[in-house]
Amino acid sequence: MSAPILEVDNLHVRFPISGGGILGTGKRTLYAVTGVSFSLAKGECLSIVGESGCGKSTTALSIMGLQEPSEGTIRFKGKPIAGPGAPSRMARAKVAQMVFQDPYASLNPRQTVNASLAQPLRLHGITGSEAADRIAKMLRSVGLTPEQGTRYPHEFSGGQRQRIGIARALILEPEIVVLDEPVSALDVSIRAQIINLLLDLQDDFGLSYIMISHDLSVVEHMSDRVLVMFFSQIVEQGGWKEIFENPQHPYTRRLIDAIPDPDVALGHGGVATGVTQPAAPAGWRFGSDGSTAPNVFSPPEPSELVDVGPEHKVRLLRA
Amino acid sequence: MRLGFNLVFGGFLTALVILAGALAPWLAPFDPVLDANLMNAELPPDAEFWFGTDSQGRDVYSRILYGAQISLTVGIVSQIINSVIGVTLGMTAGYWGGWWDDLVNGLTNVMLAIPSLIFALAVMAVLGPGLVSLLIALGLTNWSWTCRIARSSTLSLKSQGYVLAAQSLGYSDLRIMFTQILPNMMGPILVMATLGMGSAVLSEAALSFLGLGIQPPFPSWGSMLTDAREMIQLAPWVAIFPGLAIFLSVLGFNLLGDGLRDSLDPHMRTRKV
Amino acid sequence: MTDPLLEVKDLHVGLPAGGGRMYPILQGVSFKIMPGEAFGLVGESGSGKSVTSLATMGLLKRPLRATGGEILFRGRDLLKLSRREMRKLRGDRVAMIFQEPMTALNPLVTVGRQIAEMFYLHQGKSWAEGEKLAVEALANVRVPNPDRRAKNYPHQMSGGLRQRVMIAMAMACDPDLLIADEPTTALDVTVQAEVLRLIKELCTERGTAVLFISHDLGVIASTCQRVGVMYAGTLVEENWTEALFADPRHEYTRGLLGALPRLGSRSSHGRQRLVDIDSIIDDRSKLTQTRFISPREEGAPA
Repeated sequence: MSAPILEVDNLHVRFPISGGGILGTGKRTLYAVTGVSFSLAKGECLSIVGESGCGKSTTALSIMGLQEPSEGTIRFKGKPIAGPGAPSRMARAKVAQMVFQDPYASLNPRQTVNASLAQPLRLHGITGSEAADRIAKMLRSVGLTPEQGTRYPHEFSGGQRQRIGIARALILEPEIVVLDEPVSALDVSIRAQIINLLLDLQDDFGLSYIMISHDLSVVEHMSDRVLVMFFSQIVEQGGWKEIFENPQHPYTRRLIDAIPDPDVALGHGGVATGVTQPAAPAGWRFGSDGSTAPNVFSPPEPSELVDVGPEHKVRLLRA
Repeated sequence: MRLGFNLVFGGFLTALVILAGALAPWLAPFDPVLDANLMNAELPPDAEFWFGTDSQGRDVYSRILYGAQISLTVGIVSQIINSVIGVTLGMTAGYWGGWWDDLVNGLTNVMLAIPSLIFALAVMAVLGPGLVSLLIALGLTNWSWTCRIARSSTLSLKSQGYVLAAQSLGYSDLRIMFTQILPNMMGPILVMATLGMGSAVLSEAALSFLGLGIQPPFPSWGSMLTDAREMIQLAPWVAIFPGLAIFLSVLGFNLLGDGLRDSLDPHMRTRKV
Repeated sequence: MTDPLLEVKDLHVGLPAGGGRMYPILQGVSFKIMPGEAFGLVGESGSGKSVTSLATMGLLKRPLRATGGEILFRGRDLLKLSRREMRKLRGDRVAMIFQEPMTALNPLVTVGRQIAEMFYLHQGKSWAEGEKLAVEALANVRVPNPDRRAKNYPHQMSGGLRQRVMIAMAMACDPDLLIADEPTTALDVTVQAEVLRLIKELCTERGTAVLFISHDLGVIASTCQRVGVMYAGTLVEENWTEALFADPRHEYTRGLLGALPRLGSRSSHGRQRLVDIDSIIDDRSKLTQTRFISPREEGAPA
């Protein structure tokens, strides 16, 4: 693997919550992301999986510069892009762009497709026929026609809107694309088309993806490496094969078991772990059934990620 | 746009007021100020003076047409000032949050606690009577609801994907506010402004009635009512027609505002199945 | 063979399109649900699966209108029932759970009282009795500390718990048929798995038939014995779940199944390109012309 283009080191995000009580007493701190570290290599797809509130979206927003980290560094090709010394909004626009979950809320209803693609280009000094060429080329790359550029978002279907969202994310030619649940709002048959498109674009443009998702069948299909997050921390990380064929953390197993997959449901194929559930090793921080949800308002107990194989780590309580 | 009764009828009344004001120099048979003739004082409506004449013999019909100019000017200009103040404060407060948001919220609450007519009276007392001070007074007093609406729309719009995308594409805050947020909340702001025009016309009438607004001899519907006060039993038409003009124009603005709200609200649109 | 509990016969639903014409939403949907059977309707948005469930509950909202066909529940045509008779049936013999458990519960009333209302309305119980039964009902849907939880308001509960409350309300009067319209779509995966298991267990225990509506083939496969696939207001294929997934006959069903990334398939077969449904279907408008309804007698599961 080549040198990582993005390194996230010990990222923490905490939100002050002004609690109830008179005089603003009862102020609490919500621990959204706690000590998350990972790196992203050029051209790979890294998925962050977990359920709502696990901190995966906050991590993504921090990478995008849309959420200021409370602690920790995020470096792009060795240079910090968050906190002090971070580049301007303009400069970091070429580092990472985002594709959003809801194709209906992610496009400005008052702007034509061309306008929403031309505006960022103009902002970055590309105008006239060069901009028009790039927009036409981009629309073709995502499977639309340049003629469709003159239309407004409401004239498109959900799948086509997601293609427009992808075009907007790619128009400034960023190196990293953050995919936030890119297909979960789409119909099944459209989902396949967008997944295929994302994989094609990754090949064609050498893109690096960070995908946020709770849909493990999509994650297995698309990812090179997987981070599993649970209540603000990474509980397991590794290559897709390790995570899906040899999941170690009980929460990872629970997530995989929970996927409603026709093959598994009907008892043929599927993952082996669905059938044989090995007992959780001692020292796990969380109840093996996940029923004891930790308190998000107190810092998590000390624990560490331990190597359990090549590039495969799992969280254990610190002895 | 769906054409409801409110929209059509409100639009019709509003158009009537606009036409009356715009075409007053051609439609009015007499000059509203100069054609005073005590020989004709307090004549009831007839073929020559359609709405009768006032205590100085001026044609009430002509004065009402010219009065429309003043009412419209007051309604439109004061609402433009209100909207600009309200949107600027509300949008920046919602977008930036923090101490600025707290400050704007506090200011809005203070403004809402003071009856706007009293506040306008105070401003007029400082600035002195006249059209310009009237515009300033009414423009400074009614922005709080617009501000609240702008703030809450901004709060919900700023978490939309396209606003986040604009941030990550490198847009500046001001550009995001003007290109991404403002166009998407114009509907409710426009409705507020239209409804506000009605209340501005009423406030103008009230202030002029109290002698603080438009000064005689210039014809404003409010000051015409003041003049009519002393002879309401002898010559009721001098009060009835300006009163009717105020009533119909305010009704028109309010219906237009309601109609706009209905047709601009996406929830009211028939949805594709 | 026993009589079906619910039989939808050639159901047509339309939307007035002006000039007395009707825009068709459902075009002749027919299926049967046997007592105690779990039947799934799967389809994409706009396929008419939710309209079918709403029509069955008598909850079609104007301007939607049933223009033809019958919905026979124990032999009685629900389309011909008066509003009053339908109301009596709803919540008592036929119950429904919705996708969004937050909006389906009254935010100002404790969940215990909301469940108690079902007993009060349909079984003539007093409020006091009803509240006792409500605690029991919460215990039945595996809510921990049911007596304490009964005093909670909906906003004090997580999405998963709220959906359990909805299920407790729906199952309160032991209905013969439970209609579950995307009941887990808004939930996290692990919570979804628990809620699905709960619905399955409760209905098997009590012999309740289920009409399950979902866009998720996996959810349907793990809960239903028989599946209908809907496309554009038409039931294009119906079969026993095993058979449908093993041998999809309609090209739309084949496209849907191929479009789904399957867990574990990358491990065994490497990454294969997902099927683009538009590449195997020449003409979407012709999809509704063929229907594969396999008879119930064939290949019935043991």
